[in-house]
Amino acid sequence: MLGYSLRRLGFLLLTVLLTSVIIFSVTQWLPGDVCRIILGREAGEKALDACRQDLGLEAPLPVQYLRWLADFSGGDWGQSFSTRTDIFPLVMQRLLNSLRLAVLTLLISVPLAVGLGVLAGLNEGKLVDNLISIGSLSVVGLPEFVTGILLIQLFSFELRRWGLPSLPANSSIRPEAGFVESLPSLILPAITATLVLLAYIARLTRSGVLEEMKQSYVRTADLKGLPRHIVVVRHILPNALLPTITVIAISFGWLISGLVVIENVFNYPGLGRLLVFAIDRRDLPLMQAVALVTVVGFALANLVADLVYALLNPRIRYTEGN
Amino acid sequence: MATHTGAAPSRGRRFVSQLRRLYAVPTAAFGTTVFVLFLALALLGPWIAPYGANQQDYQGARMAPSSLHWFGTDHLGRDVFSRVLLGAGEILWLSGGGTLLAVLCGTAIGLLSGYLGGWLDELIMRLFDSLLALPALLLALLMLGILGASAWSVLIVMVVVYTPIVARVVRSVVLSVKTRGFVEAARLQGESLGWILFREILPSVLPTLAVETAVRFSYGIFLVASLGFLGVGVQPPSPNWGLMVKEARQTISQTPWALYYPAGAISILVIGVNLMADGLKRIFQTRHD
Repeated sequence: MLGYSLRRLGFLLLTVLLTSVIIFSVTQWLPGDVCRIILGREAGEKALDACRQDLGLEAPLPVQYLRWLADFSGGDWGQSFSTRTDIFPLVMQRLLNSLRLAVLTLLISVPLAVGLGVLAGLNEGKLVDNLISIGSLSVVGLPEFVTGILLIQLFSFELRRWGLPSLPANSSIRPEAGFVESLPSLILPAITATLVLLAYIARLTRSGVLEEMKQSYVRTADLKGLPRHIVVVRHILPNALLPTITVIAISFGWLISGLVVIENVFNYPGLGRLLVFAIDRRDLPLMQAVALVTVVGFALANLVADLVYALLNPRIRYTEGN
Repeated sequence: MATHTGAAPSRGRRFVSQLRRLYAVPTAAFGTTVFVLFLALALLGPWIAPYGANQQDYQGARMAPSSLHWFGTDHLGRDVFSRVLLGAGEILWLSGGGTLLAVLCGTAIGLLSGYLGGWLDELIMRLFDSLLALPALLLALLMLGILGASAWSVLIVMVVVYTPIVARVVRSVVLSVKTRGFVEAARLQGESLGWILFREILPSVLPTLAVETAVRFSYGIFLVASLGFLGVGVQPPSPNWGLMVKEARQTISQTPWALYYPAGAISILVIGVNLMADGLKRIFQTRHD
């Protein structure tokens, strides 16, 4: 297991390193001079030269990349062009907000989705199964900005119109607000994200259950007279849910970027809204930082998925070990 | 895929006849009908739209749906029905064009890389792996931040984001087919590389490719609309449905119709294409078992 974990960790570092090269080189294509962007059109040649010296833009690209990487790993993420503040605390605060939203989303969606998936799988071809699959296929089709706006109309404006307790329509909390304070603002965005994830996880759980029901050990258990519910709980589910665990970890990584649209619908101060803000202002260092943080988060989620899967399924670590 | 024993042309013909089974599955039939309907509306749009997409009438701004303006008018007095209709062409052109380009590039790269193997294959796949380590939307946003927001940027982004995915899928089928007898026979007969790739191997890739194209297409529609909504994709005054929703949000209490009609159109289209893709999956995957 240790060897397997180390190999996975090495693989993760390699991936992050490669993507950091991509992120760095992609942002080198930006038309125009970075110093021109910072100082504005009227800047003189002298000021531009000084600025280039300052940012180390005279050095060859590989050197610039290594410097950037070293600064980044050291926590020195530089200053944002548009807000003129340090990037590191800004990104970390937004990351925390996005993580809160992601965790709440998983808490709602995973039990619900696994339940629906198991229900559909056990009743293959029956009405319940068909309803669940048509329902999930339709929900998958609704873009987050459509479901989000509909939920706001319903649970915020309509409820308020009828004088009932309603949820906030705008989730633009103070960025430094605590979890309890921001909870009411988190509910609608979390439900929106749940609708997106629900169908995905439910369908995979369903196919996992169907796969296991075909196995001979299930028939053996049935034939030796075990009650159906015991066959399901003790024999089918532990095996059927294995792939689902991987999927949940991967969806966590997916959530980091999936939340971009949702955060913008609700004006929630997370990483996704920061990214769109940075793109709007063409704020290069901020874009790089948010992208790298997202990639690391995505890769970590994948790593956790692999490790948990290997922990629960010895076949993986043995075959990969040899 | 144990059934692939016939010569290449017959496999191609069987693929086409398989496609007809799309209408045997009710949900897929519904989805395909929706897609064809939207396609027809998109093609006819410029002729049947009663007003221009950006024809403004300040006197008639914020009007509720009526016989004059079926879907009402927005805050600038533009006819929402005409904009939704012309938007169908815009979104299908962008997402369809982007998908087709990505499928073409991905198929060519996947076929070559999988068939030739060796260090080139290794290099391409590692590069694609690290591209795919970035979540698709993140990569898209990053590229738009650099290219600047425009319809052409969105098209380029779709090609860059989807080509690696298609190439990987195609390559995996190529790897499973290239050691088979009919490929071996063609090679021994001294057929050219192009013949082997396109006449011998490609027909076996078609079913997988059809499913992948439909899935990418539905994501593509989603992506184009979402980028429009975020304001980093297609720019105003284009009748992009995502962009229309974004603009109409500001005046939702006065002109709810300007938001609900484009939002409904995008939802119906994506659900339709999803159901069609799901139908393709069912048709071709039952054969693989």
